[in-house]
Amino acid sequence: MQCMMLFHEDATEQAAGRGGGDPAYWPAWMAYVQALNESGLVVSGHGLQPPAAATLFRLRDGKRVVHDGPYADTKEQLGGYFILEVPDIATALEWAARCPAAARGTVELRPVLPPPPAA
Amino acid sequence: MSEAARAAELAARASRARLVAMLAARGTGLAAAEDALAEAFAAALATWPGQGVPANPEAWLLTAARRSIGHLRRHDGVRAAAAGALAMAAPLADDEPADNIPDDRLRLLVACAQPAVPEAMRAPLMLQVVMGLSAERIGPAFLMTPAAMGQALVRAKAAIAASRTAFSLPDRADLPARIDAVLAAIYAAYGAGWEEFSGADATRPDLAEEALWLARLTATLAPDQPEALGLLALILHCEARRPARRDEGGRFVPLAEQPCARWNGAMIDEAEAVLARAARLGTPGRFQLEAAIQSAHAMRRFGRQVPWDAIAKLYAGLLQLSPTLGAALGEAAAIAELSGVEAGLARLDGMEARLVAAHQPYWALRAHLLAQLGQDAAETYARAIGLTQDTAVRAWLVRQAAKAG
Repeated sequence: MQCMMLFHEDATEQAAGRGGGDPAYWPAWMAYVQALNESGLVVSGHGLQPPAAATLFRLRDGKRVVHDGPYADTKEQLGGYFILEVPDIATALEWAARCPAAARGTVELRPVLPPPPAA
Repeated sequence: MSEAARAAELAARASRARLVAMLAARGTGLAAAEDALAEAFAAALATWPGQGVPANPEAWLLTAARRSIGHLRRHDGVRAAAAGALAMAAPLADDEPADNIPDDRLRLLVACAQPAVPEAMRAPLMLQVVMGLSAERIGPAFLMTPAAMGQALVRAKAAIAASRTAFSLPDRADLPARIDAVLAAIYAAYGAGWEEFSGADATRPDLAEEALWLARLTATLAPDQPEALGLLALILHCEARRPARRDEGGRFVPLAEQPCARWNGAMIDEAEAVLARAARLGTPGRFQLEAAIQSAHAMRRFGRQVPWDAIAKLYAGLLQLSPTLGAALGEAAAIAELSGVEAGLARLDGMEARLVAAHQPYWALRAHLLAQLGQDAAETYARAIGLTQDTAVRAWLVRQAAKAG
């Protein structure tokens, strides 16, 4: 099965500079991403620039609305994601447990919808 | 919670394992015994704080549970009313002296670890059935959602109900093997408690302490089984060091750097006494060897050097009985201390790449040894850091890597 792993990080920390000045932040993330890549489970994935860098687009009553981010004013914000090819959710949870985002944010696992049947 | 309520809860909890075991082993079945006990507990917690804990709490709870079973049989499906009815019926007579309640707890432990129950579910099952913990508490420790853990527990209980050996006690000849399965499950429960260390939350029952209680119980119920004593000694040694695994700032402290004054001396003394009793029974085993290794590390308490030669031999013996990756790494670390870092690294080089790829302790030890030799350890540290679950250990490895770089 394919599973999306989303990293939700503390929004205040993200805005102030990732990790809130924790010197272990970047080494921990680089090491985690490397270990995950070497597991052979990664289909794709990226870290994202802070939510303030987002550009938002909506159509309202036929009119275009274009905004700067963040998308929503929430305590945690999306910081990055991976698509994993895993035998089961338990395997994905093992990697969630190793993720540096877990201690101060949330790691979300979402199974990917299977492709629609061919017409 | 008031003091009376707390006393009621402790008294009720102390009786739980004995009562579930007795009811389940005598025809009530596991799930029904737990339901009846839950209702008896609700009645106790509703009445004991006001009226005081009865002279014989166990007999009180047993009578209440039996009434609940009767009530449930008469009004199948009308369960919600039972707890209220029981509360009104209290106080119950102490009509059954506690001495007459047979101790079926060994049967219960063996039942939870029988072949019909999948190996991975034995520890969770014991934590629920014997210790009374909820699926909400147990699930996350085993990296499962509460709902998935709840369903798996229901399936495990159904498997016991369907098995022919459900609550039978094995013959003396079979007992050691069945006890081994019980001990392996308690060890797994302790391991889950150990992993959770950094997330310790005072309001949640500590799984490591629950596992220690289970090990103590098994050693009490099977005092002539040397491995039961061995596991108790092992867990006591590990628990004795738990306070020393973090400094005042919450930072991780590796074993070699822990100040012995922060170890729990009374627990280590108890561990040594239990291990000596096991040794007198004359049949070594995996847990006794592991406890002996921890005992050797504890020599530092008396101002003695850590006896790495003895530790290496103990690991070699352990590898013959139980060839695990953890034991092989322990042996490699001991060899590095005893015969030099290169010899330790050579052991690591000989391990199968596929087995160690995602095994954090392998990369942490390898990085440590490479750094000692003054070789480039950056990538190896990174591998260990990326595989670490414990936040404090991760931060410590990042600091070690920076020092080595």
